[in-house]
Amino acid sequence: MIHAEVIWVILGMGLVTYLPRWFPLVFLSRRRLPQWLVEWLDLIPSAILSALLLPELVTNGTPRHIALWQPELWVAIPTFVFALKTKSLGGTVIIGMALFWLAQSVI
Amino acid sequence: MKNFWNNPISPQNKRGTKTSILQGLSAAWPICLGYIPIGLAFGVLAQKAGLYPIEIMLMSILVFAGSSQFIAVSMLSTGAGALSIILTTFAVNLRHLLMSSSLAVFLGNATRRKLTLFAYGVTDESFAVNYTRFSGKIWSVNRALVVNHTANLAWIVSSVIGGYSGRFIHQGAFGIDYALTAMFICLLILQLKSRLYVLTAVIAGAVAVILSLTIPGSSYIVLASIIAATTVLGLKKWGAK
Repeated sequence: MIHAEVIWVILGMGLVTYLPRWFPLVFLSRRRLPQWLVEWLDLIPSAILSALLLPELVTNGTPRHIALWQPELWVAIPTFVFALKTKSLGGTVIIGMALFWLAQSVI
Repeated sequence: MKNFWNNPISPQNKRGTKTSILQGLSAAWPICLGYIPIGLAFGVLAQKAGLYPIEIMLMSILVFAGSSQFIAVSMLSTGAGALSIILTTFAVNLRHLLMSSSLAVFLGNATRRKLTLFAYGVTDESFAVNYTRFSGKIWSVNRALVVNHTANLAWIVSSVIGGYSGRFIHQGAFGIDYALTAMFICLLILQLKSRLYVLTAVIAGAVAVILSLTIPGSSYIVLASIIAATTVLGLKKWGAK
């Protein structure tokens, strides 16, 4: 069983999600990019990761409001230190999960 | 132990395919761990919104973008029109344009077919994992493809299971809700190679928090990233004069 309208929504969503993923890969990878653009793109990952992460740590709800007293933020501090010391992705994920689990069962 | 996580073997290794698969998998598992609870939660919500398991599976296969799938399902359940759902999806996922542009720098030698296949799996998480490894010069397009498609498989399977049985799975078990946050913390640290990157991250984080409080939706991610990268590049050029 399938709803016709849902299928159109899914196809449309798939198309508008795929194109922005595909376009730069195919059209930028073959070109010599200007130096300023290479330098700008080099800064983007640090920017995106921080922009994804920080609001998750210090805000909550819809609409969002500042929430400093939440385990997301406090667990992030030891997790951050662990990641800084070890640079280990898998280890950081395990430690972060364990601490978050602990924090949730304490609170 | 550390070598296992960090994959220090060079891509020139000739025992090609098997090595690529193993290294891809060892890079992908933290992503999968993070996708499973989110995929289950998505499946549960989608089922509650009236989607059939086949539709849940199709959406996870064809869209493969977590936040926009959640938004689409909640819009469907409130009776929103197809066009407004599709336009919202486009706005939410426009950030992939920046991610693919950053990855393109490393993919000059890849065939168009591989790029077309690779583009399908660019998500926040796979981007961050692959970018970190590409910039560490230890990565290849084949390994990146394994990362993307393994993560995709975890997403599809967990969302379909959620659609059938997510109700019975205890939310929050083992702190698994924190898996992706912890992963982003480590990936961010791996990016902070000099003061310039730290400054970019600080500006982006601060602007993102302010914008996320003031404008609805998730456009704050793209806006904050562009503002931060442009500001820091401007400062760099101005400082160099």
